[in-house]
Amino acid sequence: MNDENILEVKNLNVSFRVRGSEIEAIHDISLNLKKHETLAIVGESGSGKSVLTKAFTGMLEQNGRISHGTIDYKGTRLSDLRVNKQWDKIRGKEIATIFQDPMTSLDPIHTIGSQISEVVVKHQKKTKKEAKKIAIDLMEKTGIPNAVKRYNEYPFEYSGGMRQRIVIAIALACRPEVLICDEPTTALDVTIQAQILDLIKELQEEYKFTIIFITHDLGVVASIADRIAVMYSGRIIEIGTCEEIFYDSRHPYTWNLLSSLPQLARKGEELKSIPGTPPSLYKKIVGDAFAPRNQYAMSVDFKAEPPMFKVTDTHYAKTWLLDKRAPKIQKPEVIQNLHQHMLEMTAEN
Amino acid sequence: MNNSDRETLLSIKDLEITFGSGNSKFVAVQDVNFDIFKGEIFSLVGESGSGKTTIGRAVLGINPTSNGQIIFEGKQINGKISSKEKFETERKIQMIFQDPSASLNERATIDYIISEGLYNYKLFKSEEERVNKVKEMLEAVGLLPEQLYRYPHEFSGGQRQRIGIARALIMNPDLVVADEPISALDMSIRAQVLNLLKKFQREQGITFLFVAHDLSVVRYISDRIAVIRAGRILELAETEELFKNPIHPYTKSLLSAIPIPDPRIAKSRKNIVYDPSIHDYSTKKPKFIEIKPGHFVYCNETEAEEYKRDLK
Repeated sequence: MNDENILEVKNLNVSFRVRGSEIEAIHDISLNLKKHETLAIVGESGSGKSVLTKAFTGMLEQNGRISHGTIDYKGTRLSDLRVNKQWDKIRGKEIATIFQDPMTSLDPIHTIGSQISEVVVKHQKKTKKEAKKIAIDLMEKTGIPNAVKRYNEYPFEYSGGMRQRIVIAIALACRPEVLICDEPTTALDVTIQAQILDLIKELQEEYKFTIIFITHDLGVVASIADRIAVMYSGRIIEIGTCEEIFYDSRHPYTWNLLSSLPQLARKGEELKSIPGTPPSLYKKIVGDAFAPRNQYAMSVDFKAEPPMFKVTDTHYAKTWLLDKRAPKIQKPEVIQNLHQHMLEMTAEN
Repeated sequence: MNNSDRETLLSIKDLEITFGSGNSKFVAVQDVNFDIFKGEIFSLVGESGSGKTTIGRAVLGINPTSNGQIIFEGKQINGKISSKEKFETERKIQMIFQDPSASLNERATIDYIISEGLYNYKLFKSEEERVNKVKEMLEAVGLLPEQLYRYPHEFSGGQRQRIGIARALIMNPDLVVADEPISALDMSIRAQVLNLLKKFQREQGITFLFVAHDLSVVRYISDRIAVIRAGRILELAETEELFKNPIHPYTKSLLSAIPIPDPRIAKSRKNIVYDPSIHDYSTKKPKFIEIKPGHFVYCNETEAEEYKRDLK
């Protein structure tokens, strides 16, 4: 394993057994997670972004399994772990997850404080008294005012944003190396979302963990990500640094995603949309998964699956358009001057 | 266009909506005043719990109002009205719901779901006319006539929302209340649905009351925007005016919190946090004041003077 990486995924396939047939939710994904970076995974619902990260913590549903490939974490081959006892050393302790809905992530009949200190007692082997101190400290770190008093309150007494802060505090209580944030701000209001994103960044500065951030909101991605992986029907179709994806994307699906941003629409013109819907996973995908919706599709796209073409050392895209023999295609005009356009949109306020 | 020349379709005056009574009485909406002009898309924007949906539901007659008036086409539609009038306004004001997976009857065919209103109001002369109407509507929202006898579970989220739109628009309404119609949809599908709503506004002159929390979407679709917080409308202006010259500190904070999909801008931006205690309303009471033509802010006279001074 490369020293710079904390997590290495090679040729990973994850499949689920549904009504007698095997469907492939993750197809041939290779990915390296670098220490202390923030990697954003972007994709629509059903693209497999949550399934991928669930495979990192052994939380795939009963009917799901890793059918091919490996996942390595700091010398442990995660893809070989089978029983919960082995996973207990990794899950929560080394790789922790924050979920989307703070309303259902907390236990309604226990106090906020006890839910944090429980984790501290279990994982850090502290006494109850020490754990309480650590818990209050964490609550203060995550921006809960009057933490000593609020330690004894119940989840229903907290607002959505405050609950998400507690969920973050619990995740951090075991000092994980990797924090998976699965749409942590989607259920929150924009002003609260902005605060939570700032909080996650500050805490990363302090505790030096690595973040995998799952979202479908490109605005959130732009503010938090170092690198971005774009997923489509179980595949990573483009990966690069934040700037490479926003300013120099190469895959037509990424182009389409960026073009449909409402910020890029001009008054009186139609918003750019992607025709059609993502492919059904019940049918085997032949060729490029995006081909049926791709206006630039060539005949090869319907026959052979494209490999990951290298654009730069950090930037790869899975599209035949990058093949030497493909015609040169300019990305759509709306996103050619994305930065200039966004500047104009925001300059006024 | 000068606002005084425009025809008002819906007018809300001093609206107050309360829930519960006695000690548990809760004022969800108060002092709300605004007009919606014919043919425009008017957006109510606010965070959860601000009362935006409550206002939308009051317009539909689902939530009873405790004070004030809702005037639609010159007639009051809240409070005590005859059942005949209620029946008529219920056809003229239709609704599109947020969650397309929960708002369609799973046991009914698309044909029945879209026709239900036609049956209730007997808006067709023959079976043939009804089927033709439904087919036309299906095509207008981008679905296929052969999907008529399918069930909701056979459709994707975006298609279901199209069915929800078809069901509302087949009634030939004057006003459509769309409560977060795209928040449950994926980004590539959102654009399709927004384009569809815009198309109906443009081609059929349908007026929309759009309830939303996402300001970036609202900017694209609406003609005018009202910002609501804690049951009160704090600022109302034309869309570009509101984005370019926000006046109320809450609006400024809300605008600063919209994530900008551009790494260089997003990573250098600072959040403005709104602190409601900056307003001193102990001596002078606030009201809805027109700071610039067509641009209203909820403030007291002292603040209004400050805001006007800052304009220059």
